[in-house]
Amino acid sequence: MNDLVQMNDFSSDFWHWFIAIVTLVSIIACGILAYLNSRGPKTTTEETMGHVWDEDLEEYNNPLPRWWLNMFYITIVFSLVYLILYPGLGKYKGLLDWTQRGQHQQEVAQANELYGPLYEKYASMSFDELADNEDAMKTAGRLFSTNCALCHGSDARGARGFPNLTDDDWLYGGSQEQVIQTITHGRVGVMPGWDQVLGEDGSRAVAEYIMSFSRDPVNPRMLEAGKEKYDQLCVACHGADGKGNQALGAPNLTDDIWLYGASHKGIIKSIQHGRNGVMPAQKDLLSEHQIYLLSAYVSHLAKQADKQ
Amino acid sequence: MTTNSNQSETYNYDVVKKFAIMTVVWGIVGMLVGVVIAAQLVWPQLNFDTPWLTFGRLRPLHTNAVVFAFGGCALFATSYYVVQRTCHVRLISDKLAAFTFWGWQLVIVSAAITLPLGITTTKEYAELEWPIDILIAIVWVSYAVVFFGTIMKRKIKHIYVANWFFGGFILTVAILHIFNNLEYPVTWFKSYSIYAGVQDAMIQWWYGHNAVGFFLTAGFLGIMYYFIPKQAERPVYSYRLSVVHFWALIFTYIWAGPHHLHYTALPDWAQSIGMVFSLILLAPSWGGMINGIMTLSGAWHKLRTDPILKFLVVSVSFYGMSTFEGPMMSIKTVNSLSHYTDWTIGHVHSGALGWVGMISIGAMYYLIPRLFGREIYSVKLIELHFWMSTIGIVFYITAMWVSGIMQGLMWRAVNEDGTLIYSFIETVQAMHPYYMIRLLGGLIYLSGMFVMAYNLYRTIYGARMVEALIPAPSHK
Repeated sequence: MNDLVQMNDFSSDFWHWFIAIVTLVSIIACGILAYLNSRGPKTTTEETMGHVWDEDLEEYNNPLPRWWLNMFYITIVFSLVYLILYPGLGKYKGLLDWTQRGQHQQEVAQANELYGPLYEKYASMSFDELADNEDAMKTAGRLFSTNCALCHGSDARGARGFPNLTDDDWLYGGSQEQVIQTITHGRVGVMPGWDQVLGEDGSRAVAEYIMSFSRDPVNPRMLEAGKEKYDQLCVACHGADGKGNQALGAPNLTDDIWLYGASHKGIIKSIQHGRNGVMPAQKDLLSEHQIYLLSAYVSHLAKQADKQ
Repeated sequence: MTTNSNQSETYNYDVVKKFAIMTVVWGIVGMLVGVVIAAQLVWPQLNFDTPWLTFGRLRPLHTNAVVFAFGGCALFATSYYVVQRTCHVRLISDKLAAFTFWGWQLVIVSAAITLPLGITTTKEYAELEWPIDILIAIVWVSYAVVFFGTIMKRKIKHIYVANWFFGGFILTVAILHIFNNLEYPVTWFKSYSIYAGVQDAMIQWWYGHNAVGFFLTAGFLGIMYYFIPKQAERPVYSYRLSVVHFWALIFTYIWAGPHHLHYTALPDWAQSIGMVFSLILLAPSWGGMINGIMTLSGAWHKLRTDPILKFLVVSVSFYGMSTFEGPMMSIKTVNSLSHYTDWTIGHVHSGALGWVGMISIGAMYYLIPRLFGREIYSVKLIELHFWMSTIGIVFYITAMWVSGIMQGLMWRAVNEDGTLIYSFIETVQAMHPYYMIRLLGGLIYLSGMFVMAYNLYRTIYGARMVEALIPAPSHK
């Protein structure tokens, strides 16, 4: 990552010098201010400054407490030393060559060295072997609660708009390769809105037809009109039989599983206004081996559901 | 208002009185909203599924109400009182002073309407939309005219230290407010900041930290420098110390904002500079604490019997504690634990409830009876209020320290396989008991405010405002 071109914060050297000089002068000025005012009588007197406001407001002129003054000087010296060691004075890098990017890379490298072998071992095992390995599933479960549970739920049953992972209904396919692909690169599922084309009645009719795949029709008179529109507009993605197309992420409409709600209203809304489903890519957040393990876990969840 | 012919021979107490009373009113309102949102964190169903009662909208209402309504009115009241009495002149314009009062109340009411409606710029502590921003700017410039105009007419050549702090606060807040709120209006209720990305974040925290540094610190140090020596009847401890810590404080505070953006897209150099100036800020802050507390030398015994002095001195102690904690939290390694946790909330409230709250309360107990020429109705009730405030704060901040540090440690705890031990929701669950304790603390502090309102009501009920003659200064 070090070969990434770092953007220069300073459009010209002028600003580098401006920051460096103003910063240094300001810190030193604090010290001078303290020093100049620390001179003068060193002992406490009962004499006031001679001003009286509002009848009885007066001021003593006690010396600056020594410990306080020393504390002030220490913070100033610390700051100067810090700015010699760390970046701060414009583009000057500091003697330690520290950067937050470098610190992050170092911590990632350390973690990879420490935990890498474990995930490498898991990556050499098959999905079935991993499913039987209690430790592997425990680790995968933890990866799941940190990275996936926010949308898919701690129980992986999803929520409206976020697929349930404990059934065997796959939008993009449940094969090993497909699951790894989904987690690694993410998915964007776009259902366009048909309101302009279908209008209110048309959308209702299509909804009626779609629901007839899995339920008894409520309003059989609309079925024919719905089928006509469906065959024109929906077949391309969802197929003539309504079984969907995993290559496109077009859901199967015949299994009575509804990502955006099973109500009549919800289905009409999906047809009218479309839907956008986004699964974010995890490739920059998790290592290849971690994604492999997580994929095994997700596949395992689905298989368990199958058995029940 | 009275129609006297010798206006130039009396102080303008009318505007002071108005602001002082509204300090108590807005204090109760702002802290009540705080208690409500603290309760929502314990029982989320208290949202009642109503958008304008949700935490996200009430939280900015709480911060705006306590900082700008309660704190703002306290600052207006005390600065108008102090500048007149220490310059031995009446405010230069009664009309303009009255305009700042009504204008500021209009700002507060507008905030109380727009924030729950979800109208917001989303910039923390600067959420108000552009028409209100413009109103704030106009009121603030008028405030500056009244304050500095009065200073210019002063009868004593040397300007009293409290006025340095009030002056620094008024001037800097004007600059901060205007530059942070530069925005493109799109509609009457929506605007976009002219800054983008990390520049916007930097300007926002330059403003945000100095809202603390100037609004909530410099201004309130002005209150300290008048009311502590007055109540203790002792001279200020050290003029020299006030000179050093005044200049060092107003100079270094303005640099400290970047410590809010450690380990973000803000360049490393800016983070470092923010951190070192935050550390340097420790001594200037403590200079104020020393000057406040040491003013009591020779009058320590008064602390036993005078609950107003207790409020003032404990307030300064909380100031010292918060201004030690702040620089420590600005150190990168500490910040990587404390950032984004409730520790920050605890830190803010030891400053807000302890320092700002208690010094304002102490000042109001001093001020309001004097404006009406009455003795306080009950010193015992002030004593009760003092203990309620102190116990409330202790509950609040210890709960937040424990939960904040626990939260930070839970976030970074890892298993032997490198995975996180705790999922986010587990950390939320672990905070639940501490949220209850925090709510309790807040509730006790708020109840104290009701005791104060009752006590002051009984004090001023039926009383007429004092016509205070301006005494001749004892020297030029």
